[in-house]
Amino acid sequence: MNGVTAGRSSHPPPEAGAPNGAPLLALRDITKRFPGVLANDRVTLEVRAGEVHALLGENGAGKTTLVNVLYGLYQPDAGEIVVDGRRVRIRSPRDAIACGIGMVPQHFLLVRRHTVAENIALGLPQEGLLRPARRVERRIVEFATRYGLTADPGARIWELSPSEHQRVEILKALIRGARILVLDEPTSVLAPQEVSGLFDVLRRMKGDGHAVIFITHKLDEVGAIADRVTVLRRGRVVATVPAADVDRRALVQMMVGRDVESTLPRARAAAAGEALAAEALEADNDRGAPALRGLTLAVRRGEIVGLAGIAGNGQRELVEVLTGLRRAVRGRVRVLGRDVTNRTAAAICDAGVAHIPEDRVHMGVVATMTVAENLVLRRYRHPPFARGPLLDYDAIMRFAREMIAAYEIATPAATTPVRLLSGGNIQRLILARELAARPGVIIAAHPTSGLDVSATEHIHRLLLRRREEGAGVLLVSEDLDEVLALADRVAVIFRGRIADVLPVGDATPERIGLLMTGQAA
Amino acid sequence: MRRLGPLVLEPDPVPPPARVLGVSLFAIAGALLVAGGVFAAYGADPLVAYGVIVRGTFAGLREASEVVRRTIPLLLCGVGLALAFRAQFWNIGAEGQLLAGAVGATAVALFVPIPGPWVLVAMFAAGFAAGALWGLLPALLRLRLSVNEVLTTLMMNYIALYGVAWLIHGPWKGATQFGFAYTDAFPEAARLPLLAGTRVHWPTLAVGLVLAAALAFLLARTRLGFEVRVLGQNPTAGRYAGIDPARTLLAVVLLSAGAAGLAGVGEVAGVHHKLLDPGQVSLGYGYAAIVVAWLARGSPLAAVLTATLLGAIFTSGDVLKVALQMPFRVTDVFNGLILFFLIGSERLLAVRIRWAPAATAAVPAEPGVPGTPETGGGS
Repeated sequence: MNGVTAGRSSHPPPEAGAPNGAPLLALRDITKRFPGVLANDRVTLEVRAGEVHALLGENGAGKTTLVNVLYGLYQPDAGEIVVDGRRVRIRSPRDAIACGIGMVPQHFLLVRRHTVAENIALGLPQEGLLRPARRVERRIVEFATRYGLTADPGARIWELSPSEHQRVEILKALIRGARILVLDEPTSVLAPQEVSGLFDVLRRMKGDGHAVIFITHKLDEVGAIADRVTVLRRGRVVATVPAADVDRRALVQMMVGRDVESTLPRARAAAAGEALAAEALEADNDRGAPALRGLTLAVRRGEIVGLAGIAGNGQRELVEVLTGLRRAVRGRVRVLGRDVTNRTAAAICDAGVAHIPEDRVHMGVVATMTVAENLVLRRYRHPPFARGPLLDYDAIMRFAREMIAAYEIATPAATTPVRLLSGGNIQRLILARELAARPGVIIAAHPTSGLDVSATEHIHRLLLRRREEGAGVLLVSEDLDEVLALADRVAVIFRGRIADVLPVGDATPERIGLLMTGQAA
Repeated sequence: MRRLGPLVLEPDPVPPPARVLGVSLFAIAGALLVAGGVFAAYGADPLVAYGVIVRGTFAGLREASEVVRRTIPLLLCGVGLALAFRAQFWNIGAEGQLLAGAVGATAVALFVPIPGPWVLVAMFAAGFAAGALWGLLPALLRLRLSVNEVLTTLMMNYIALYGVAWLIHGPWKGATQFGFAYTDAFPEAARLPLLAGTRVHWPTLAVGLVLAAALAFLLARTRLGFEVRVLGQNPTAGRYAGIDPARTLLAVVLLSAGAAGLAGVGEVAGVHHKLLDPGQVSLGYGYAAIVVAWLARGSPLAAVLTATLLGAIFTSGDVLKVALQMPFRVTDVFNGLILFFLIGSERLLAVRIRWAPAATAAVPAEPGVPGTPETGGGS
């Protein structure tokens, strides 16, 4: 397939500054305020036809708010939007589409049981009542060949991979007449090889006079695809610069406002003794199809094993089987020498397994309950928090105050409902709860996804400290940089099996990428 | 943020208690207003009707005690439903559970020889058990087969209703009742004492108040209550926390349905002293209790207040019937209107309304952001 890899593309950046003339799209002094937060503060952004414009910033910098304003999902408190020299008011996505603005959201909005063509026909006004997809099929093929977006119009959405879903979303936007395409963190669902495929598509669109707004927080991608980059920090534009003129370090400084140490202090801890072992695990996914097919993996005490792979290859099912949330059909799970196969989540937790869940808001906490209650969510049934059938709220509050101080959880009080906390603070709360009991095994699923640089750094340091204290850590992450920065060994999962386990020294992104897509033994 | 003339509407997802109370009262007032229209359509002067209602419910001890008498079954069913709703178990079957409780109590009163004061204790125990049993089947179906409990609990109401009808027409038909479809009257020892000068069977009232306090304590301060709240708010987090949903749900359903069973005991042992037509045992208390629990927003203590409100509505139905010859079922219209207005006003809870005439800036102390120039006027 493609020889080009993600990140360092061999394409020279096209003439920086790109074509001339008036911008296709201009946002002027957009201000959007939420209660207590100024999400966008006089943001001005100009996007020209035929350019890929990267929007770079940490989480909470206001990128998503800005594009939601552009797509009519939010109304700005002040400021104006100009498309093609005409001032427009965008009150809804329908208005946005009418202005030629298309959006490829982070979480795809497709009807899983319908075909590609049916999904694209949905929302096209002129299609007939019967078999609306028929006429659209021709246009799909036409657009697909023009932009290199291979897609089978008759395929059903559930049969397709995340990267194919993305292609369908792009086609949907193009067929609706989008000249300005907004992609919200489009590479987060892709394997390295697939990223270069996406970039080829974007280049063709660019050549055709489209404007692309590319939201990301990955620095490599800016260099690889963007013509210009606008950096947002705390709702404000820091700068708009030609991508060729800035290096990685300068971008980080703009994003964060200071230099961040990119290397973590790491004592090479001596791994010894088994902490966690999965042997020939088999398990089904929610639809009853096999998700784990004889997976074997071991984590020793004092090491971090990174689990890399494209989403949907069994990572979630593995984590759930290891933590007692899903039944193993076959195989064994051992924790610190004890067999815990198919024990309950409570029993596995008590056996010394910390679980930092992938979906921190929906699984990791009860948003309506207080910080204190959430801090004992997995230990409320043990002393000192429980005395017989009663709960000791004095002990719970004492523990909560300790944890809030020790883990620097920013909350007005221990009795504040968790839903009022930011994502980073929710994650600190979960880490406090899971790590306070000094677990022998830590299973961390995407522990820093969606968090900003400083919260990420804090969490990385915590995981490394526990590793030095002898815990075995299984780190599941889609962020390859994170895996390579933290792990001692990298296990690559592909279709429910471990394709290979590499010492971190031998694990190059290229090699991992091939393993992730099943192209190497 | 939106403008409506001089008012500014701001989203505020955490409503303070005062606003909850204010909005609720506002909704009830709206329901009363529309009910006035219903009265007028029926040919009664709404103002006269309101006067009749006020006099008939608050005027004196006798009137107030009638409200309390209606409140008792609503309270018992309501606190149980409040607990069930907190666990996201949508028990629509309090009516059937109440009837089952009435049957349990009747069986003890008529057929089990128990000496003296223990009869009443045994009747409450049997009523609780029978109500709980009636709730158990839907709970098991939901746990084992994921059958929607809204449907099963509702259907169980009809089974209970026809079960009672069969008992009073068939095997339990009283020998001393001249062919009427009643059971024999309960012996004296199986009748609940009344508060002097009223028809309030106070032991049931006491049980209801104690239960409200006990369930409030259970939710706030016990492991089971913690589990109920976690599972109710976020079942996924409950699984992650290692909470056994089956055990928790069974405990909740047994308490909830058992409480409704106690209400049935009170009605047969405190009011009718026999088992009779299901439509007379319960005037739809089990359904009205859904409103009680909804209004109380899952708080057993608040259910004491909301049950009293609904008790007053039931009593006003009585007085309207007597004074203005309206059908008793006008209370159903009342209940429906109140529920309609309350659910409809739910969205208002998340909005803060401030008085801020357009001339002054909408955002205080923030010169960087001028008042919105072109979004004024509302949309």
